[in-house]
Amino acid sequence: MSKNFTLDGKVISFKDGQTIMDAALTAGVYIPHLCHNPKFIPHGSCKLCIVNVNGRNMTSCTMPAGNGMVIENNTSALNDDRKALVQMLFVEGNHTCPSCEASGNCKLQATAYYLEMLSPHYTHFYPPRTVDASHPDIFLDLNRCILCELCVRASRDVDGKNIFKISGRGIGSHLVVNAESGKLGDTNFAVTDKAARVCPTGAILIKRRGYKTPIGHRIYDHKKINEIQAESDHE
Amino acid sequence: MSEDRKIKLATCSLAGCFGCHMSLLDIDEKLFPLLKKVEFDRTPFTDIKKCGSCDIGIVEGGVSNVENVHVLKEFRKHCKVLVAMGACAITGGVPSLRNNIDLWDCFQEIYLYEGGLEGSQIPNDPELPLPLDKVYPVYEVVKIDYFLPGCPPSADTIWKFLTDLIAGREPKLSYEMLHYD
Amino acid sequence: MDSCEFSQIEQQLSPVFEQHGYEAQKLLQILLDVQEIYSFIPDEAITYIANLLSVSRVSVKAVVDFYSFLSFKSVGEYRVLFSDNITDQMLGKNELMQYFCKKMWLEPGKVSEDNLLSVDSTSCTGMCDQGPAALVNGWPLTNLDQQRLDLIAKLIRDRNPVSTWPAMLFEVKDNIYRSEILLGKPSVAGAAIKATLERGVAATLSEIEASKLRGRGGAGYSTANKWSSCRTSPGTAHYIVCNADEGEPGTFKDRVLLNSYADLVLEGMTIAAKIIGATQGFLYLRGEYRYLRRKLEEVLAQRRTAGLLGRSILGELGFDFDIEIHLGAGAYICGEESALIESLEGKSGRPRNRPPFPVTHGYLDQPTVVDNVETFACVSKIAEYDSAWFTALGTAQSSGSKILSISGDCARPGIYEYPFGVALYEIFDDCGAEDVHAVQVSGPSGTLVSCKEFRRRICFEDLPTAGALIIFNRERDILQVALNSAHFFAYESCGFCTPCRVGTQLQKKIIDKISDGYGTAYDLEELKYIGHIMRTMSHCGLGHTAANQVIDMLDKFPDAYKNKLKKLVFEPAFDLDRALEKARKITGRDDKLAHFP
Ligand SMILES: Cc1cc2nc3c(=O)[nH]c(=O)nc-3n(C[C@H](O)[C@H](O)[C@H](O)COP(=O)(O)O)c2cc1C
Ligand code: SF4
Ligand code: SF4
Ligand code: SF4
Ligand code: FES
Repeated sequence: MSKNFTLDGKVISFKDGQTIMDAALTAGVYIPHLCHNPKFIPHGSCKLCIVNVNGRNMTSCTMPAGNGMVIENNTSALNDDRKALVQMLFVEGNHTCPSCEASGNCKLQATAYYLEMLSPHYTHFYPPRTVDASHPDIFLDLNRCILCELCVRASRDVDGKNIFKISGRGIGSHLVVNAESGKLGDTNFAVTDKAARVCPTGAILIKRRGYKTPIGHRIYDHKKINEIQAESDHE
Repeated sequence: MSEDRKIKLATCSLAGCFGCHMSLLDIDEKLFPLLKKVEFDRTPFTDIKKCGSCDIGIVEGGVSNVENVHVLKEFRKHCKVLVAMGACAITGGVPSLRNNIDLWDCFQEIYLYEGGLEGSQIPNDPELPLPLDKVYPVYEVVKIDYFLPGCPPSADTIWKFLTDLIAGREPKLSYEMLHYD
Repeated sequence: MDSCEFSQIEQQLSPVFEQHGYEAQKLLQILLDVQEIYSFIPDEAITYIANLLSVSRVSVKAVVDFYSFLSFKSVGEYRVLFSDNITDQMLGKNELMQYFCKKMWLEPGKVSEDNLLSVDSTSCTGMCDQGPAALVNGWPLTNLDQQRLDLIAKLIRDRNPVSTWPAMLFEVKDNIYRSEILLGKPSVAGAAIKATLERGVAATLSEIEASKLRGRGGAGYSTANKWSSCRTSPGTAHYIVCNADEGEPGTFKDRVLLNSYADLVLEGMTIAAKIIGATQGFLYLRGEYRYLRRKLEEVLAQRRTAGLLGRSILGELGFDFDIEIHLGAGAYICGEESALIESLEGKSGRPRNRPPFPVTHGYLDQPTVVDNVETFACVSKIAEYDSAWFTALGTAQSSGSKILSISGDCARPGIYEYPFGVALYEIFDDCGAEDVHAVQVSGPSGTLVSCKEFRRRICFEDLPTAGALIIFNRERDILQVALNSAHFFAYESCGFCTPCRVGTQLQKKIIDKISDGYGTAYDLEELKYIGHIMRTMSHCGLGHTAANQVIDMLDKFPDAYKNKLKKLVFEPAFDLDRALEKARKITGRDDKLAHFP
């Protein structure tokens, strides 16, 4: 017998072991998400994907789907709260989109567009963060890191290199690089690594590629992130 | 709003590059019908130095120094509706890239290492507006009613926004009009 | 410290490894010892430890970076950390810390140039009934006043080792003022285990079920249900964990249980082990209670000698169980059960995704029961007597008793055991609290109760509590209570999820703004919405409750902030004049135009 739940009234079937997010994506329904990528173990930290299951908020990328669940996703209340989370991510880092190579291809930005964010609303933290250009082929600009740990997971689980890790606590949490010097250039990180292509923002950028795609032809210039399904890893 | 009275509009550029204003002028021929409904108060296009009582105020640029604060407060005081236009007004934008450089390093770089016109010294003339420690978005200093993002917002976007606002509609931007760069 | 000293790092650290072994789970325990040896974690030690434990250097660094009692830079030969709970502040902590810093020519948070001393604040150390309190090199100082600080200053200047300081500085009292079934009649060690073996495992579990025992750590989950699911979960091993993290500010009852009723607690763990089939148990002891470790080790040793731990407990073949003590290192989040398990495994304390729950996938991914200290004590008593004896006390949904840690404005702060269902006003009489204005029940993560609600009762049906009860009289500024809690959560958020990591910071900024006199009605709305986001979107209980005191203040104590607000609708998010300070310094200007009015 097939199992299913309803998502905003639509019946969606799932297989045992699938999360709500898995089942929704398979069925072609978009649930906003930033730290999730179907190719990696779910992480559950950004909280954009929170849906309301039988009256309770749950993290859809980690919550196993259950038979008969009644789930709300695309409601104005949830989208308002999601927008607040995106605004928090914007003020927490230093996001100067006009001077960012990822602009137009950035999932954080695209999600903000989708949620119709007009301003970051909260007081900016303007945290002092570092840019690491030591690697011949890759920039690491922590000003734009949203701590989604996709690079951590990709490097550990796919590339088998364990180059990244989150260190620190609370608002001081930050991405670190596994090298005595702490520099990306002193690791065996390669431009062909999966971890070089999973960053949802402009924190990990491949050098000499910037602004190659003219404005108007970038991933999210004409299509909303929900239409693109956000499964492509910027490749 | 009634046909007979023209909407009074003021604009200014704080810590910005005037790009948003250029984009405003880019509205080109569609500007003329708009001008039938609008009368400019203080703007870089007129020679009015103080903002009078206005319906709409549009601010470009972030808040970088004392003068920016005074102008912004003046706008807030005299404009019924205040609009933050462009990335700099909304997030600090490109000027805010200085926010993680110590102000002392900025001053040294500009006045001591390179050497100004009057030799190497830091100016302390009270006429010069003192810089703030950081560049702030305008909404952290005064209450803002509307945000019009973009770097700059395109002429079409500004036109759509203004025509909506002047017609008394809640401004609504299409997906392609909403961008942060 | 000279770098040449580190050439001997292998030699210096070999006893540490001898004690703890070479498993990655021991990382945190090893780091605590290294911190004690050098007063920081030297880079050379990081490399050495990483090699020996076969983990990456960044993994080691990430752990150091997470726990507040570990550091990359020296914290001085002496590190004095003042407990920063609201009760400590009410007893003059801020003034005393200032006094001490001035005396030692030191700024809080900085290390003296000769590397002798550093002074800072730390989250509640669990000495609220005998504060102001502090830790010196991890050892608790109680009842601080100027006189004691003068003495401490001298001891430090003369470089007396902390172990030689007068004992009276470190005296920690139990202060038990009221007892019921747990703290009253003492039990003979082993009696409850014996009763369990006689009754049988299944019957004992039924007895616990019939007792309707609910967890005492706060959430109130049915203990029998938890144990049953763990018992039936498949795994290569099952584990018992006693949660002695007691991080909730204002809570200190587990400290007293471990100090004077350790047998009762360890016996409960042993019974749990028998029921779920565990051979290994852990007592996760918060770093602040490190001073209890030696005493606990002695009790463990006695129990092994008496055949109450180890192989074939009480002669029953196959009943093997032992308990190991693991220390925390200054992180409130490690009281959350899945974060605690991460910490037990030697990692940073970030809560896991649930499901799966610890009962199926806990320590090393094996079925694990995590229970509060007091819960285990209750189990011992239930096993020794029976469920009827236990349910004779309490209310319909809250059987038995609850140990409260009472502090704040009352004549007799200390430990009070009550049957569940006791009303707040009854408690005030017992502890000598007069003119009560507000009560914080269950710490910053709990409820702020106003005088209109003093008929409310301590029980899961009404006011659940992990045990903290802080009393505020009419003189107290409730805004300070909310501010203290906002700072606490901003400091203790683990940083894993967006709403709590950022929300706690924003909440702190706005409360500070209101306290500084720049708040407006707009800011109150902001606080409410940020509170809503944290409550409904966060990953774990810390974020869910981080707005409780602020929201309760907004709802119930308008007088606490109303007269602090500006009449205007909006005020800048930051202090404009202060934002000019740097430029004034650089240019040397101080004219009228260089200021905001
Ligand atoms: C942020 C946070 C801190 C916690 N701290 C403690 C603690 O210090 N001691 C404790 O027993 N439980 C604490 N808990 C509750 C534990 O997660 C868990 O529910 C409890 O240990 C279960 O034991 P019990 O069923 O015996 O109450 C905390 C929970 C959260 C969310
Ligand atoms: S990472 Fe994305 S949101 Fe951040 S500055 Fe770049 S484009 Fe903008
Ligand atoms: S660098 Fe990119 S992928 Fe890695 S944690 Fe930061 S935002 Fe995520
Ligand atoms: S709610 Fe707070 S403490 Fe809990 S996981 Fe999120 S950031 Fe960490
Ligand atoms: S996508 Fe689920 S929490 Fe980030």
